[in-house]
Amino acid sequence: MFLLLIASITALGMILPPVYLVLRATQSGVDEFLSILTRSRTLETIFNTLSMVAGITLLAVLVAVPLAFLTTRTDLPGKRFWLVATTLPLAIPTYVGSFALLAFAGPRGSVLQIILEPLGVDRLPSVYGWFGVVIVIGLLTYPYIMLTVRAALLGMNPSLEEAARSLGYSQRQTFFRITFPQLKPAIASGSLLVALYSIQDFGTPAMLRFDSFTRVIFTQYRAAFDRTLAAALALVLMLLVMGILLLEFKLRRAGATYYTTSSGAMKPPTIIPLGRWKWVALLFVSLIVFLTLVIPVGVILFWLFRSTLFGGVGYTSFQAVPLWEIVWNSIYAAGLGALVATIFAIPIAILSVRFRNRFTTILERCSYIGFGTPGIVIALALVFFGSSYAQFIYQEMPMLVFAYLVLFLPQAVGTIRGSLLQVNPSLEESAHSLGRNSWQTFREITLPLVRPGIISGAMLIFLTAMKELPATLILAPIGFKTLATQIWQATAEDAAFATAAEASLLILMISSVSTWIILSQEKKAS
Amino acid sequence: MQRQYVIAGISGVALVGVMLGGCNPLQPEEDTLTIYSGRGEDLIGPLIQQAEEDLGFNIEVRYGDTAELATTIMEEGENSPADLFFGQDAGALGALKQEGRTVTIPSEILNKVDSRFRDEDGQWMGITGRSRVVAYNENQVDEDELPDSVWDLTSEEYRGRVGWAPTNGSFQAFVTAMRLVEGDERTKQWLEDMNANDPQVYSNNTTTVEAIGRGEVDMGLVNNYYLFRFLADDPDFPVQHHYTRGDAASMVNIAGVSVLDTADDTSQAFEFINYLVSEESQTFFAAETKEYPLIPGMEPPADQLELDEIDPPEIDLGNLEDLEGTLSLLQEAGVL
Repeated sequence: MFLLLIASITALGMILPPVYLVLRATQSGVDEFLSILTRSRTLETIFNTLSMVAGITLLAVLVAVPLAFLTTRTDLPGKRFWLVATTLPLAIPTYVGSFALLAFAGPRGSVLQIILEPLGVDRLPSVYGWFGVVIVIGLLTYPYIMLTVRAALLGMNPSLEEAARSLGYSQRQTFFRITFPQLKPAIASGSLLVALYSIQDFGTPAMLRFDSFTRVIFTQYRAAFDRTLAAALALVLMLLVMGILLLEFKLRRAGATYYTTSSGAMKPPTIIPLGRWKWVALLFVSLIVFLTLVIPVGVILFWLFRSTLFGGVGYTSFQAVPLWEIVWNSIYAAGLGALVATIFAIPIAILSVRFRNRFTTILERCSYIGFGTPGIVIALALVFFGSSYAQFIYQEMPMLVFAYLVLFLPQAVGTIRGSLLQVNPSLEESAHSLGRNSWQTFREITLPLVRPGIISGAMLIFLTAMKELPATLILAPIGFKTLATQIWQATAEDAAFATAAEASLLILMISSVSTWIILSQEKKAS
Repeated sequence: MQRQYVIAGISGVALVGVMLGGCNPLQPEEDTLTIYSGRGEDLIGPLIQQAEEDLGFNIEVRYGDTAELATTIMEEGENSPADLFFGQDAGALGALKQEGRTVTIPSEILNKVDSRFRDEDGQWMGITGRSRVVAYNENQVDEDELPDSVWDLTSEEYRGRVGWAPTNGSFQAFVTAMRLVEGDERTKQWLEDMNANDPQVYSNNTTTVEAIGRGEVDMGLVNNYYLFRFLADDPDFPVQHHYTRGDAASMVNIAGVSVLDTADDTSQAFEFINYLVSEESQTFFAAETKEYPLIPGMEPPADQLELDEIDPPEIDLGNLEDLEGTLSLLQEAGVL
């Protein structure tokens, strides 16, 4: 009954956007739509988008997998610190990230160019275009993969590895033949999140001049106020997203990914001493943290203190709402979104793993569509339905939480699924045979075992929801400001950089504190 | 085990709280004017507060992107909670007019602003004006290098030196102006020539001005009021304004308002508009947002040219068909 309710609410959330798009798109003339679609430029844009997605995903995997491994399985000094620091890029709005890249390595007047100027470097090679977009989105989204892989590493039963070691496999052989294959589903589900995130991101391609499909859709909305054509284009994008979902599904099946632990007792995994490699490892993590955290924070601090540095009067923006209220709103909305979406994700993950059939597979796959669709499209779909059929919650908190659910659900579905795949169903079966009913089995056996996945999922949603913009602007209760809307407001028209900096820093602070708390919980539990 | 109950309990309470919170009736209290504003709170917030005090009713504002809020109003249809739309671009106002979502503003209020800056059918009116300027980096551009007209920018001298923001509404309004003044043929030619001259693409006015300040690009086509924000932080910010005169690059766009057909109480909305075109409010705009007041006899914002001196071209700012034409022209020319 409960499952049915959850499944139907989720299904509703997933169906609304496509239905809305079809309704809107069919209003436009077919000719006009076809002419836009077959323009060579459109095809070029689709190709651009795909090559961007491929580059970003590859970069993110290359950064994330070593990081996950280093922070869970080795004696890297200061593991907890690195773990928190390498999770934080998720909380950096892409707008800030893009600005940071330009300020650090832009062709002229950037930090790097000014340093190199004495050497006669007048202009650096351009960071605009494909390269810049891949760097920025790749480095800001790799935590999706890192956290899913980490959850998988934590949930993995070390006895397999121990067996391999005792049978004479070297450390390296063990990793590539035993550990890595077990990580594939986690890498795939993390990569899926990265790929879909990069498809729907608007801020980075817009700032770094890259013609992605989402940018074309935004231009259609913003320049011509054309809902029908934009909807038609968004529908095409949705097909692209479905293509990627199918691809990941095929890959996953080909990989035959049913890895189970043999016992429910969680033994801490063996810690691999790094030895001489410690310095290389430290260098690697420091480099990543420098690129993804230190540089953006540096730029933020520069914005914050620019007027002090240059002796200006400072352009401080007007605030009708006290800052603490904005901070609280952000925590409240993102926290509620994370809580609700995780609760909804658990049954979907369980259904798709334990009761695998066509329906549950489709349900699980479809939960990703919202995440790969530009936020403005989802927001407008919810405006359309909410204002007509759910007036009692329209532009109220439940509406916003529902939007977060539609947008971010798969982040938790993926991580929980990854953890669940490692749990041997025979554990649950034996609980049943020992007289536990389904609910008891779930609570006493399944839930504790998938805890790492649940925690990672909730954390991912919390961090991403905190920087969500289009849906928050349109669907939040009137006058409800969050740190993300504050940053947008300050940078969009007002050019109030100090205000933007203040809000960005607060987002980072909240994120690090919450990441820290959650990770401590995790430690206590294990 | 116990912790799980606690977590479950908290979740339950939170969910119930959300649901209860949602049961508030959507209809705002009688006495509230609901505005959807594409203008930042930073710019109009203080004025709204003052207006609430002076006019004696509550004002609630949803801030957002001009185009996205206009689209939201269209999607909401007759259920829209909005009474008034304050957009920073005449095109958005024109789009709402064409959807039939606006009501006529009384002529005694309309007539306070120059006829160039309001809809001929009284469906929207401008509150402030913003001019297009050429912003340039004073360390990298000599004054005698500056273009006399926007047509010069296609020459070899300016190759790779000009920044623009083709996806931005204010740039597109400028292209629309050019089409109306010079015709589609010539505009397309200009766009193609510019595009072949290696222009640097930025996402909006702010990023363009920022890049000019860093020296990444020498000059750019932007709106008139962004520079002053940078100057407030850094008085030595090395950017200045240059005006081409009498051509499309000197067009004046507006930020303006429409009263929506879903307004509960149009008289409140009209009262508010009347307040915005009062001498006090117009002075506020000139001083705080550095935009041009639109009622006659007012001083231009400090350090800026008079509107008449700029000699902007005369065009119908809200003509939506023109906007769609502009978009396809930009696409044909390969700019978008």
